[in-house]
Amino acid sequence: MAQGQMAPGIVAGRLSSDELAANFDDLHPAYAPHEAAVAADRCYFCYDAPCQAACPTDIDIPMFIRQIQTGHPEAAARTIFEQNILGGMCARVCPTETLCEEACVREAAEGKPVEIGRLQRYATDTLMRGGVHPFTRAAPTGKTVAVVGAGPAGLSCAHRLAMLGHDVVIHEAREKAGGLNEFGIAAYKATQNFAAAEVDWLLQIGGIVIETSSALGRTITLEGLRDAYDAVFLSIGLAGVNALRAAGEDKDGVIDAVEFIAALRQADDLSALPVGRNVVVIGGGMTAIDAAVQSKLLGAENVTVAYRRSREEMGASRFEQDLAASKGVKLMFNVQPVAVHGNGSAVEIELEYTSSAGGTLKGTGETIRLAADQVFKAIGQSLAGAPEGLALEGRKIRVEGPGRTSVPGVWAGGDCASGGDDLTVTAVAEGRDAAMDIHAQLSA
Amino acid sequence: MADLKTNFLGIESPNPFWLASAPPTDKEYNVRRAFEAGWGGVVWKTLGAEGPPIVNVNGPRYGAIHGADRRLLGLNNIELITDRPLEINLEEIARVKADYPDRAVIVSIMVPCEEAAWKAILPRVAETGADGIELNFGCPHGMSERGMGSAVGQVPEYIEMVTRWCKTHYDKPVIVKLTPNITDIRHPARAAKNGGADAVSLINTISSITSVNLDNFSPEPSIDGKGSHGGYCGPAVKPIAMNMVAEIARDPETRGLPISGIGGVTTWRDAAEFMALGCGTVQVCTAAMTYGFRVVQEMASGLSQWMDEKGYTSVDAFIGRAVPNVTDWQYLNLNYVAKARIDQEACIKCGRCYAACEDTSHQAIWMKEGRVFEVNDAECVACNLCVDVCPVEACITMERLQPGTTDPRTGRVVQEEYASWTTHPNNPMARAAE
Repeated sequence: MAQGQMAPGIVAGRLSSDELAANFDDLHPAYAPHEAAVAADRCYFCYDAPCQAACPTDIDIPMFIRQIQTGHPEAAARTIFEQNILGGMCARVCPTETLCEEACVREAAEGKPVEIGRLQRYATDTLMRGGVHPFTRAAPTGKTVAVVGAGPAGLSCAHRLAMLGHDVVIHEAREKAGGLNEFGIAAYKATQNFAAAEVDWLLQIGGIVIETSSALGRTITLEGLRDAYDAVFLSIGLAGVNALRAAGEDKDGVIDAVEFIAALRQADDLSALPVGRNVVVIGGGMTAIDAAVQSKLLGAENVTVAYRRSREEMGASRFEQDLAASKGVKLMFNVQPVAVHGNGSAVEIELEYTSSAGGTLKGTGETIRLAADQVFKAIGQSLAGAPEGLALEGRKIRVEGPGRTSVPGVWAGGDCASGGDDLTVTAVAEGRDAAMDIHAQLSA
Repeated sequence: MADLKTNFLGIESPNPFWLASAPPTDKEYNVRRAFEAGWGGVVWKTLGAEGPPIVNVNGPRYGAIHGADRRLLGLNNIELITDRPLEINLEEIARVKADYPDRAVIVSIMVPCEEAAWKAILPRVAETGADGIELNFGCPHGMSERGMGSAVGQVPEYIEMVTRWCKTHYDKPVIVKLTPNITDIRHPARAAKNGGADAVSLINTISSITSVNLDNFSPEPSIDGKGSHGGYCGPAVKPIAMNMVAEIARDPETRGLPISGIGGVTTWRDAAEFMALGCGTVQVCTAAMTYGFRVVQEMASGLSQWMDEKGYTSVDAFIGRAVPNVTDWQYLNLNYVAKARIDQEACIKCGRCYAACEDTSHQAIWMKEGRVFEVNDAECVACNLCVDVCPVEACITMERLQPGTTDPRTGRVVQEEYASWTTHPNNPMARAAE
């Protein structure tokens, strides 16, 4: 029987350990000091800098780059962390090409922005490598706050509250903190267990207790939390996965992309992780790209991302699209799944071409079949397990201003809350801002 | 391509680019490489008197000022004159000159301020066949503590005296190299001329401390925890050098005295500017020390191309062309009224013009919706700061208000005729003169 990439079905060990190690190495290796110096020198120190305006956490980017320039990367890191305590992760996962770097005036001038993301990583890595936590807690306030969910929004909120002197308990449904940083993003963006290390580093502020395997509706209730704590912050993410609504969706080999990515992120040995020979990913966001690229890196022979709309409408940035293409992933646009074929297990997927003429997406009737022993669904996540009694907006918890829900004393932020872009950096901003609002109310 | 052939004091060289007396010209090996690379001439590293050579420090000799991306903008040195025996230098000079008869070879000399010392060395230099000598009255460190270098260059009477000795005991051209470490460059230049100098060359290096080590508080370059002021050169000193060149070029007492320009020449453009201010040749050191001898090729091709574009067929056609335009402030035309103009197509919206103008100048730039930066003519004094801080060349320009239009800042109609401070009603001297 064929081995390696040609092996049929969903099998482990398509590539050697060495190949896997190389494939899953850092996507953007850390700058050496000289590279950082050269990159920092390109910053113009703009007035009211467009990069800063484009940053959801409002990091003073020209200032931190100037601090790198003048030989103080740790001070630069502090400038970053003051606005964004998860600046280390954001430096790795932010779609900078659509945020700060897109706004950089050197993008306008030369088509080559200052590499803000990598400079941020240089600064934050330098400080974190020293094991230093740059902030200290204010005097205890005696107030306690419950945070539900230890993802970016929850961690950000908890840190800010702890720094301001409040005691925080984070209830995390999983067995491990980190949320999407730990379970949801591509491995090559956060190598060497960075997500877990970052949580440990963040907790050095003190005053934060994480209770894992503590889920709303299972071990805790919103009412119980409201009784036990002075305030509650919900950052429960989007635990549900949208259905494909195609025939044969229940066949073996059809799974949620987030599940695959989580398994990959938690795998101790990538060579033991099974992947299909012919993989088709349905969707067009970052999760779709992350699943597709990682399938390819695991050794799948053919990987296709099938997206129902055009390239321009794709949620994943052009940078992510090109990254996928460079790894050998095929991108198909204007195709939607109609059926998964196979006897028990998936063998083929049938896609129908679409047209969005007139603004509405319609199938053209023409179809194509692709070999597919593994199909990943990456068509979006949805709110699941939200407590009763909270007003919703669309399919998310409605929030106003700095994360205030319809229930007094309860705030929400991150992907579960209305507004925002479902980015790590947005979640961090929302968590921080809610913390400041909670603090203001508790101090009143 | 325009011919760059240069005749300076009767000394011919294929181009006006000479290497200054400095480390690059200390040895036959270096000078041969320089000539092979295309340098028009060299001023050999300064020779001292017969006897045991001077010694240099055995630690760092250079300090630097860097711009963005570690571009070397200013270099400082505490190296002394040649530390090799006189005889060896003389032999090498003779060999090189014999092998490169078409290149200029000038010998820099610094011996004690006694006629006997000069009388002793000059015939030996003459024997090498070198084209001329340059008197090092400029070196600001080390040798000046021993009564030489800038210690002579700071006293016009000494300059005149030593120059006269040299003209007495040497029959080829004598160039006097001036130190900038004085208050008015015209006085040493006049002294050189009075002593019979054929030309002056300037500037020598500027006394400087480039940096201080913030761990051990030693000036850099640090020799066992101590530092001594060095001589500063490189692109950073060019404006200072050009002003001094221009002062000599336009001084009625020294006008017409040939000048070899030195100070931060890095590109053909720098050279053309020095020459426009009256220099017959330029001397280069830091650019060669930064990039190697090959830089001369860009200098030569660039200068030649510019001459072609301007229709100059020889360097003499533009040497000194800027001198008549160097004037005193009091004669500047106060009826020349300009306003900044921002090219919105070229603008990359960095806002540096706004920050500069709003914080430190005249609040004459508006920042409008969408980061559109526009000039408020009612406040703009045409200071040029926005032009200077803009990272995009030619994005902001200064445009003259045509005579007959009203300056929104002053409410006055711009006058056609020239009017300077000398006739301005606010000038008490002007009134007194009436």
